[in-house]
Amino acid sequence: MAILTMREALNQALFEEMERDERVFLMGEEVALYHGAYKVSMGLLEKFGEKRVVDSPITENSFVGLGVGAANVGLRPIIEVMTFNFSILALDQIINNAAKLRYMSGGQFECPIVIRGPNGAGGALAAQHSQALEAQYVHCPGLKVVMPSTPGDAKGLLKAAIRDPDPVIFMESEKLYNYKGEVPEEEDYILPIGKAEVKHSGSDVTIVTYGRMYTHAILPALERLEGEEGLSVEVIDMRTLAPLDLDTVLESVAKTNRMVLVEESWPKASVGAWISEQVYRYGFDLLDAPIERVSHLDVPMPYAANLEAEIIPGPESVVDAVRKVCYL
Amino acid sequence: MATKSNSTKTSSSKKGKMNLKDIPFSKERLIELFRQMLLGRRFEEKCGQQYQMKKFSGFCHLYIGQEAVAVGSIAALEIGKDYVFTTYRDHVHALILGISAKEVMAELFMKRTGSSHGKGGSMHFYNGKTRFMGGNGIVGGHTPLATGAAFASKYRGDGAVALCYMGDAAVNQGTFHESLNMAGLWGLPIVYIVENNIYGMGTSTERSCAQPELWKRTGDAYNIPGRQVNGMDMLEVYEATRQAVEDARNGQPVFLEMLCYRYRGHSMSDPATTYRTKDEVGQWRMKDPIERLKEQFPTVFTESMVKDMEEEIKQEVADSIKFAEDSELPELSDIWTDVCVDYPGYPGREASDNKYEFPYEQLENAKK
Repeated sequence: MAILTMREALNQALFEEMERDERVFLMGEEVALYHGAYKVSMGLLEKFGEKRVVDSPITENSFVGLGVGAANVGLRPIIEVMTFNFSILALDQIINNAAKLRYMSGGQFECPIVIRGPNGAGGALAAQHSQALEAQYVHCPGLKVVMPSTPGDAKGLLKAAIRDPDPVIFMESEKLYNYKGEVPEEEDYILPIGKAEVKHSGSDVTIVTYGRMYTHAILPALERLEGEEGLSVEVIDMRTLAPLDLDTVLESVAKTNRMVLVEESWPKASVGAWISEQVYRYGFDLLDAPIERVSHLDVPMPYAANLEAEIIPGPESVVDAVRKVCYL
Repeated sequence: MATKSNSTKTSSSKKGKMNLKDIPFSKERLIELFRQMLLGRRFEEKCGQQYQMKKFSGFCHLYIGQEAVAVGSIAALEIGKDYVFTTYRDHVHALILGISAKEVMAELFMKRTGSSHGKGGSMHFYNGKTRFMGGNGIVGGHTPLATGAAFASKYRGDGAVALCYMGDAAVNQGTFHESLNMAGLWGLPIVYIVENNIYGMGTSTERSCAQPELWKRTGDAYNIPGRQVNGMDMLEVYEATRQAVEDARNGQPVFLEMLCYRYRGHSMSDPATTYRTKDEVGQWRMKDPIERLKEQFPTVFTESMVKDMEEEIKQEVADSIKFAEDSELPELSDIWTDVCVDYPGYPGREASDNKYEFPYEQLENAKK
């Protein structure tokens, strides 16, 4: 295993897939000469040239739409949005076009596009630049939504997303780009879309999460829960949010009978709300306590760091929620 | 490049007799194009009638009056190589691009034999074989898609051109300007055609556009020459598009404003009485593109020849209705196909058909 940052792992995935398939190109704001606002595309312009690594004008709706059109006619675009906050400008192209062409055309056309970039808070960026928007995309059928939490998962899942014949919304995190982790060194490391992973086995309580909450809230909470509280905690990283791997969640809840959901986004109509509903519906008899949910407070993000720290879920709130479902 | 970018207002339109020697294709081809226009006209008339008889529902936008635009411009393409994207006023484009009258009517009638198997409807016709890319429902929403097809063509170097139709209201959408900016910046092989029928629903270009002479809007702004064309004259449309497609294949995108008119309302629910006058409609009907072509070639389109063609088309349209009526509705299981290629049992799907089954045995074992 190599130890890489998330940025390096994503860069490797882009590099390998562009080398493997001529049809793959990368387009977005600042992806070429600047090497990406977060330097994820470092070295790609130099290797693949400006035909395949394309700096776009600041025109989110239309360069995403251009990618959709190019995908419809056989290319494999990777469209980088500088952050998913800006993807709101491209919702028309993603929801009305990318997600629907296969269906509306009776299966005549497909849309193998990846739309990727950081999602969620970056730190003191205030309300317009700190949003976790995964629920918007999970809500719409026809899209696959992937949100990895570790460098290894990021590499394997990005490679899978690029090869997938359907539109994949691939959500990274600004806070994770420097996060280091193990990445298998096998030649073509690829992970299946639609499979959750039990990141940590346990028998007293199940924590279901995805994205950077795993590394930033749950890993630090685990030490306390397993140390001070003496609990055996199972942690499931969903990795893909659409389609949802409910089987893995229910199997775990069948064992622990208690569940805590941790997500970075707002609580209303969220992915956590959706997973909870599914567990209540299919796993009602398995639960010994109501599900606890830990989410972003239901407010726009303020600038001040002390307020931001209070608003985003951290280890404290995870510990509190776990204690609550365990009636401690 | 500087001279090419200059926008021009053309008026080479000739009314009255023309000589077969003066046109760039054979008599047979001329007849074929005339037939496409006539089929489009009669199909749409019947379509409106069937709608009023409540044989189908939903939005339905008829193309009557604008036939010269679709027929003349598609005639300038290499079918199967070039891409065509259009709006929701798409029945006639579909007929020209290889979807049979039967498949179009069956789709309108919501049948499984329709070209999108009953999932697209009036606004969403597609034909993979002829690279007809729809049939798009959002005003201006497909201009980036067409620009993407042109990008792909340049990327592969395969010489294909994308033709992107839009209505006059689309030129005020952000996607129009964003797309033209990229096409002009990168020299993409694309021809944008605005079918200027004067009204975006009921709002005229005069009431919605700071510069209602649309052909003027792209030259200096995007380095894309704008040219105004008489959209009621099929031959003029053909020639303007042929030139534009040639320019586009050489890396110069072009914007064509085709002046035309829809005789009917915006959609079947619009009687078109509040925003325009009968007199105006009458004036445009005097310029009818089908009559015009007949007048240009009276020895080709003789009374008996046209009568025979009318009979044949009448039968073709009647057959399409019969076919549509006789076809089966989609199966309920079709609901779940073609969402994604490998659409799994999303847990949510049980809401309607309870297909998701969790392995409860496994749970029981786990509990033990």
